[in-house]
Amino acid sequence: MAWTRKILRVNLTKGTCTAEDLNMEWAMDYLGSRGLATKYLVEEIDPKVDPLSADNKLIMATGPMTGTIASTGGRYTVVTKGPLTGAIACSNSGGYVGAEMKFAGWDMVIFEGKSPKPVYLMIENDKAELRDASHLWGTSTWHTEEQIKKENQDPQIRISSIGKAGENQVLFSCVVNDLHRAAGRSGVGAVMGSKNLKAVAIRGTKGISNVVNPAEFQKVTAEKKQILAENAVTGEGLPTYGTQVLMNVINEMGALPTRNFKDVKFESANDISAEAMATPRESDGKAQLIANQACFGCTIACGRVSKIDKDHFSVQQKPQYHGASGGLEYEAAWALGAANGVKDLEALQYAQMVCNEQGFDPISFGATVGAVMEMYENGTIDEETIGLKAPFGSAEALCELVDMTANGEGFGVEIGLGSKRLCEKYGQPELSMSVKGQEFPAYDPRGIQGMGLTYATSNRGACHLRSYTVASETLGIPVKTDPLATEGKPGLVMAFQDATAAFDSSGLCVFTSFAWGLGDIQAQIDAACEGDWSEEKLQEVGERIWNMEKLFNLEAGLTKEDDQLPTRLTTEAATEGPAKGLVAGVPEMLPEYYELRGWDKDGVPSAEKLKSLGL
Amino acid sequence: MGSATATLKLYASLSEFLPAGAVKNEAEIEVGKADSIARIIERYELPERLVHLVVIDGVYIEPEDRSLRILSPGEVLAIWPPVAGG
Repeated sequence: MAWTRKILRVNLTKGTCTAEDLNMEWAMDYLGSRGLATKYLVEEIDPKVDPLSADNKLIMATGPMTGTIASTGGRYTVVTKGPLTGAIACSNSGGYVGAEMKFAGWDMVIFEGKSPKPVYLMIENDKAELRDASHLWGTSTWHTEEQIKKENQDPQIRISSIGKAGENQVLFSCVVNDLHRAAGRSGVGAVMGSKNLKAVAIRGTKGISNVVNPAEFQKVTAEKKQILAENAVTGEGLPTYGTQVLMNVINEMGALPTRNFKDVKFESANDISAEAMATPRESDGKAQLIANQACFGCTIACGRVSKIDKDHFSVQQKPQYHGASGGLEYEAAWALGAANGVKDLEALQYAQMVCNEQGFDPISFGATVGAVMEMYENGTIDEETIGLKAPFGSAEALCELVDMTANGEGFGVEIGLGSKRLCEKYGQPELSMSVKGQEFPAYDPRGIQGMGLTYATSNRGACHLRSYTVASETLGIPVKTDPLATEGKPGLVMAFQDATAAFDSSGLCVFTSFAWGLGDIQAQIDAACEGDWSEEKLQEVGERIWNMEKLFNLEAGLTKEDDQLPTRLTTEAATEGPAKGLVAGVPEMLPEYYELRGWDKDGVPSAEKLKSLGL
Repeated sequence: MGSATATLKLYASLSEFLPAGAVKNEAEIEVGKADSIARIIERYELPERLVHLVVIDGVYIEPEDRSLRILSPGEVLAIWPPVAGG
């Protein structure tokens, strides 16, 4: 087995930490991480619970591959009911925390209740205790990590924490680990904040000693690493250019949402691209990008490390931001840049750093600013309301608004509610580019049709990582499909959704899927874990997880109406590029998708389907 | 020939193959009636293993069509090595 078979239950109301056996029957059906943690959550909470109440629970979970020698085996997942969406929330992060949890001997930690005062959880192998965090409350994730390491005189402690955004219950706040990695979406940080839980600090020294067939596992993981190394994308493209290389790709294809999805191309895309990050600046002759970085066990190393221009207006008086820090990834650069029409690469880096430091999602933040800018330009909200001028393209406004959101000041409090609530408040709900209340990522569904269906049906609200059909529709992985066609997309989306659920539940990174198929992770899981793990079984596990998440959402009160795109995307055609004249074809794809899933016309799984999946 | 120009955009590791005078990954190039994509790839000595994603005016061109598809004046040809993101 690659599971430790132990879970830690932390009752924050009572202040207790209790070890329990992992339910291995469930592990056989849901694998780990995303799937298994969601199974625990749906068994333990009422789907109608207020996400920010003590009755909600929050689970941090590893997968059976987490902490092993498998490439990218460093992932862990935070699962809860999401405050931004009212749906299942499931956010996945890399870095080193997941592996450390495993080394300490735990598959997952379940938090329940609410602490009467700020606390952090300290885990040292078998020992776990809640400690006072009053002195950390009101500080950043960066300060919290540094302080906990200092107090314990151990620089090797790994920490997940919330910043001021999570404490203030910004509805899209993150849980940040290892300074620059985050369980980023759906507001999982706000749930942590609502429980007065500031951080989880872990020191594990047990290692991984529970692999079923160590010799076979060593052999097969080495073979699979070779595949990643020899693949042009995972061996060269991602480490060299990172995800940011997509900025020009998606823009050229006319699918880069710009100025709150009013346009599908950004005239300054190249200024905020991977190529720009690697080009020496005119101001100081240095490139913003200084290195790439890997998470635990990863042989791809797509992460970016950057240094901002010290003379940029955003940091002239803030030397604390002058050092190396987490660099721009594609989704963040898009949301902070093209979505607002901002072309100042240094301003984007500043906003990204503040998001990491105080723990909030740059996608939802940037997209919400895009809605604010549109409402400013159409006269719905004025300078007095916002506290500053906020036209599209204003780097100054972006940098001011990120500070205000981070600190819970002025109009930043309203931005912290996300675009859906903010646009509804000002009478323009149609300007929120979101599904289930969660903002879209960086692909326009008019130009990449499969992504429209992906957003509409994602169980955690609009998200690219639930079925990344961009791989097929744009990049030709595993096979090229026409991005403008709707035919065949329901099946493609479903296949990606189920496979991704299996990848996520293993503890491996979904970026391996640019080179690996399900069969490649199957071989590794089968060598490490007890039970027979065939490719067919993994597909079934993925489908089971998807249906379980859907059922939770239905029981939480979501309906077919929550599987729709904003009318802008289904009624306002793209004005240029290959998609010129096209709208998103979700209305025509959705019935076929439901049918393929074995769901009725309202998107409710049939009894027969549920029975076949053991649900 | 002055008016018979198209735009060539080369990205990521192909940037170094841009002709002199290119700005921000793009250059104006002269095109003749027989200039297929394959011929332009050859003209600028782009390594085959780095020519992965080829689009004209945002529309993907299949590898087997590169020798047939002529780049017309005014069109934009963009090429990437194998890349991905998310």
